[in-house]
Amino acid sequence: RWYSNGLKEAQPIEKVLIANRGEIACRVMRTAQRLGIRSVAVYSEADRNSLHVAMADEAYHIGPASASESYLRQDKILDVAKKSGAQAIHPGYGFLSENVEFAEACERENITFVGPPASAIRDMGIKSTSKHIMSAAGVPIIEGYHGEEQSVEKLRSEAQRIGYPIMIKAVRGGGGKGMRIAMTESEFDAQLESAKTEAMKAFGDQVMLLEKYVVNPRHVEVQVFGDRHGNHVYLFERDCSVQRRHQKIIEEAPAPGLTDEVRRSIGEAAVRAAKAVDYVGAGTVEFIMDENFKFYFMEMNTRLQVEHPVTEMITGTDLVEWQLRVAGGEQIPLKQEEIKVKGHSFECRIYAEDPDSDFMPGAGPLLHLATPSPSDDLRIETGVRQGDEVSVHYDPMIAKLVVWSGNRNSALQRTLAALRDYHVVGLSTNIRFLMALASHQAFQAGNVNTDFIPNHQAELFPPRSLSHHVLCQAALAMIASLNARNRNRSPGRKDAFSPFTQNSGMRINSHPMYTIKLADGDKVHTVTISETAANTFSISVDDQAPVTIKDVRLSANGDAGRNNEKMTVRCSINGSTSSSTVLMRDNSVHIFSVDGGHELSIPVPNFLKSSAGAGSIDDPVAPMPGVVERVSIEPGSSVKKGDALVVMIAMKMEYVIRAARDGVVEKVFYKPGDTVSKGTVLVHLKEEN
Amino acid sequence: IVGGKRCLVRSFHALDTAPTIGTQQETNSPEYQEKYERMEALVTELRDRVAVIMQGGDEKARQRHLSQGKLMPRDRINMLLDPQSPFLEFSQLAGYKMYGDEHVPAGGIITGIGRVSGVECLITANDPTVKGGAYYPITVKKNLRAQEIAQQNRLPCIYLVNSAGANLPRWTEVFPDRDHFGRQFYNQAIMSSMGIPQVAVVLGSCTAGGAYTPAMADENIIVRKQGTIFLAGPPLVKAATGEVTSAEDLGGADLHCGISGVTDYYANDEVQALHQARRVISNLNYTKEPEVTLEEPVEPLFPADELYGIVGDNLKKTFDVREVIARIVDGSVFDEFKAKYGTSLVTGFARLWGYPVGILGNNGVLFSESALKATHFIQLCCQRNIPLIYLQNITGYMVGRDAEAGGIAKNGAKMITAVSCAQVPKLTVIIGGSYGAGNYGMCGRSFSPNFLYMWPNARISVMGGEQAANVMAQISREQREREGKPWTEEMEEKLKAPIIAKYEAEGSPYYASARLWDDGVIDPKDTRTVLGLSLSAALNKPIPKTQFGVFRM
Repeated sequence: RWYSNGLKEAQPIEKVLIANRGEIACRVMRTAQRLGIRSVAVYSEADRNSLHVAMADEAYHIGPASASESYLRQDKILDVAKKSGAQAIHPGYGFLSENVEFAEACERENITFVGPPASAIRDMGIKSTSKHIMSAAGVPIIEGYHGEEQSVEKLRSEAQRIGYPIMIKAVRGGGGKGMRIAMTESEFDAQLESAKTEAMKAFGDQVMLLEKYVVNPRHVEVQVFGDRHGNHVYLFERDCSVQRRHQKIIEEAPAPGLTDEVRRSIGEAAVRAAKAVDYVGAGTVEFIMDENFKFYFMEMNTRLQVEHPVTEMITGTDLVEWQLRVAGGEQIPLKQEEIKVKGHSFECRIYAEDPDSDFMPGAGPLLHLATPSPSDDLRIETGVRQGDEVSVHYDPMIAKLVVWSGNRNSALQRTLAALRDYHVVGLSTNIRFLMALASHQAFQAGNVNTDFIPNHQAELFPPRSLSHHVLCQAALAMIASLNARNRNRSPGRKDAFSPFTQNSGMRINSHPMYTIKLADGDKVHTVTISETAANTFSISVDDQAPVTIKDVRLSANGDAGRNNEKMTVRCSINGSTSSSTVLMRDNSVHIFSVDGGHELSIPVPNFLKSSAGAGSIDDPVAPMPGVVERVSIEPGSSVKKGDALVVMIAMKMEYVIRAARDGVVEKVFYKPGDTVSKGTVLVHLKEEN
Repeated sequence: IVGGKRCLVRSFHALDTAPTIGTQQETNSPEYQEKYERMEALVTELRDRVAVIMQGGDEKARQRHLSQGKLMPRDRINMLLDPQSPFLEFSQLAGYKMYGDEHVPAGGIITGIGRVSGVECLITANDPTVKGGAYYPITVKKNLRAQEIAQQNRLPCIYLVNSAGANLPRWTEVFPDRDHFGRQFYNQAIMSSMGIPQVAVVLGSCTAGGAYTPAMADENIIVRKQGTIFLAGPPLVKAATGEVTSAEDLGGADLHCGISGVTDYYANDEVQALHQARRVISNLNYTKEPEVTLEEPVEPLFPADELYGIVGDNLKKTFDVREVIARIVDGSVFDEFKAKYGTSLVTGFARLWGYPVGILGNNGVLFSESALKATHFIQLCCQRNIPLIYLQNITGYMVGRDAEAGGIAKNGAKMITAVSCAQVPKLTVIIGGSYGAGNYGMCGRSFSPNFLYMWPNARISVMGGEQAANVMAQISREQREREGKPWTEEMEEKLKAPIIAKYEAEGSPYYASARLWDDGVIDPKDTRTVLGLSLSAALNKPIPKTQFGVFRM
């Protein structure tokens, strides 16, 4: 029986190698540590100082930053496994987690691959095969064409048969790559061509399948588990409908609006799917669900999914523990009837990306990071700490915020609150967008589908506005900061208690008055503040009538008055009291208020800008961290405003850095292949007279 | 004796506990409340008047100035100061109602002490919205007083210059005398020779005599297309030599930074100029070595605003000066010296903003004993480098045969000798009446205290208005009686009323402060802070050894 699915006899795991990085590596290690299993980390050059390395019992360097030379190097990882004496390899998600060859190699080396048998990965990895198997096992599948005949004519006629709208998808595709939708026949050829090109680039294969395109579909997936004893269970479903760029952003379990009947039938269908491939370990069966709760098999992911924590939260399980136990030969810890849904859980993926620029991925240092306090009901799955860098080389996910509560409404409420307390400085994040999403009426009502974001574009991307409340709080924080700076000025001085340092802003027979300029993007606001009484300020913004702000309480941490200081401003404006966290760094003011995070900057006077070392204001800088690809000028070149100077590659995209004015190139600081960080001056133009 | 060693038994718990003074006030009593309200009204009046003064010149002048993209002088000072530095501004009421219809807010020049790059500096700023920044007699006086403060306390000077020069119609009051316009440049030279840095920022025109302020400075800064320096402006040049030239060509930043070398730093705008001034100060390598022990300041035990209810506005109602001290000094801790001797003068040691101070406060007319006690106490403070604070509320020295027989004149003289010769910083606050010789004995203006402030309820006069009226009435009555003419009550009242009114008006703190008999009228509530700032400034100068003169014994 143990050999029935082609696996060798399982051995208990005492040491596990985690062939991954970031939050999932940390996640696996935590459970391993709890189970008394020693953990072995592998890391690339870029991850030398990262959290997963620090958490592991042992860690091994396996190559340069690029994944193809490190985390995808099967030989190196197997070497480390052997060297360290790890009996098992947990692949996490991504990288080698669904790689048939790797699973086979593990088997050959007599190392337990914490995942399904290679055959299941292979069967499920090729979408046309998987659908055949599912169809045969009685799992509902969507109409489609999964044939080998790939001529445009054939595909077009198949599309005609299935009926429009139609989805064109790369067989080996995933993550939205190599996928296009043709709404009508007239669009078909162009979309097919585009899908093929993309698939070729991404997977080196352009075999396409066609599928009926379900309008307003939901993405509902079921967590399944199998063991080597032929047991299979489902751990209910997750709804991952809300996606951007075909990637999940917020997930929940259970899926809202499903009757118990639907819930059971989708779960059972998933188990049938798992049984059909003798599945072992954690897997996810993805379904597409229409507005009438009819569901169709899409694909099976043969790994632990990013969003597995929501399932853990509602079922009270630790799926990594299950994986390790099952891989060690044990039976699934619970029987189907013992698995119950309790409460509701959400997961928000916090990404370094800019929602206002089509979710362009970002990278950079996490200069400041504050999270809500974790608890049993609130998990923060992350692989980074304050001071770490979100690398250009890997997925820009910063963390997963997982929240549980008794019902959907309260869970959503708590999610919003937790997002509000999640403060990141140093790079753009999608936190404010997630807040807009979580507070959207339709989302709160559970009316989700995969087009949720485009359908609610206007509400989800409101025009950037900064309330006076926020401006006032930022200005008050600056005053507190200046007070602290004044107190700390020349700490060595011999009259540290002088009222000149202690009695901030004192004016004879008048109030302290301040004019503070704060820039919100290009817009510069002038905030005039007078301290009319203790803890009471009169503030006017941009010549508007002054507002009285009462009960101002400013508390700063020990860093007050220094760079990177953080403080809390609490005050009452027009009877409403609120508090914000403010972080000051160089010339920027980051304020985290009830309506999310805002970044303001303190305008730098021109005379300071122009004297700032090598660069001047109009010298071109790197817009984000990346690698210089081409330099099209050399010292002495004359350039016109708008001319391309340097081409950079960052986050797999090309950026052309152009001249901001006419001029003559004086210095070129980098050559192709050089890595540059955000804001680095790339080229210096001769000063104008 | 235990084990051959002396066993010392002491109770340590109270060793560092010091005596506090002051009593809880009956804040609900009608008397307290009446006094409170009256003093509060005086403070409100003061703040309201100062608020108008702080706006500067008239609306038209301000608009014209602002429309040229220039900053108001107070904003210039704010930009120059360290962010959040207090600004100890002097004599806001200078020139108040002195020139009839011509309003000269703040005397046309703003002066004060604030921190620039961590250094306490004396700052002056012409207000070009007040008659183009022209020097009225009071402007000259205020500027000279500011320089005197700088010299006496060893404070670097920063002059924010923007002035049309002397007020020509009043040249007799601003030009020729010792303490007139020229004295400013004399002071600059002398201070520079003493190692007190002189920095000028040229933010507007500096014509004729005014040209010397930047020229006499150790370092100066000029704003391009805004600041000009020349001995004669374009009209005068044309009249004199026929040469036609623009102000910028004649004395602008390009000329003076690039060709003449009159100016050192070239600024593109005011903000940059003020920033450069901050850099100049930070490069002074200026040190401050307070020659006193410092302790962490502690707030007084009682709220400062209780001073309103204690003091009120009626000088005839007495109050215990200890209650005032209790609301000024650190932790209300006061070690009274000779508490039972010469009780009309309270003397003792305390800390104020952590600095040690010796305080002399009046609790009535000065007797021989009080004068002797004051002399002794001042000697102690001078011996120990302890700054002195005089809280003046004094009608004068005791008169009468007994007093004269007791040598009040020679004992008063001892006190005045001590006050005069004391080289420690001296700070005077007139918290009530300041009459006659009492003003002198308690370190009035003539005794060059480092700083002298008045409360809005205070009065300063050679004698009380009623006393003066009574003296005049008595002389008139005697004269009429000699001439055999009648003298009625009515006539007496008619004679007295204008005298009383005149004394009342001229004894007012507004009258005094307008003429710079003090360094400013302050809110009693702010006394502690103002004194703390003043002490901080005064301690920039090393304290010289005091050499007393001959005490008449």
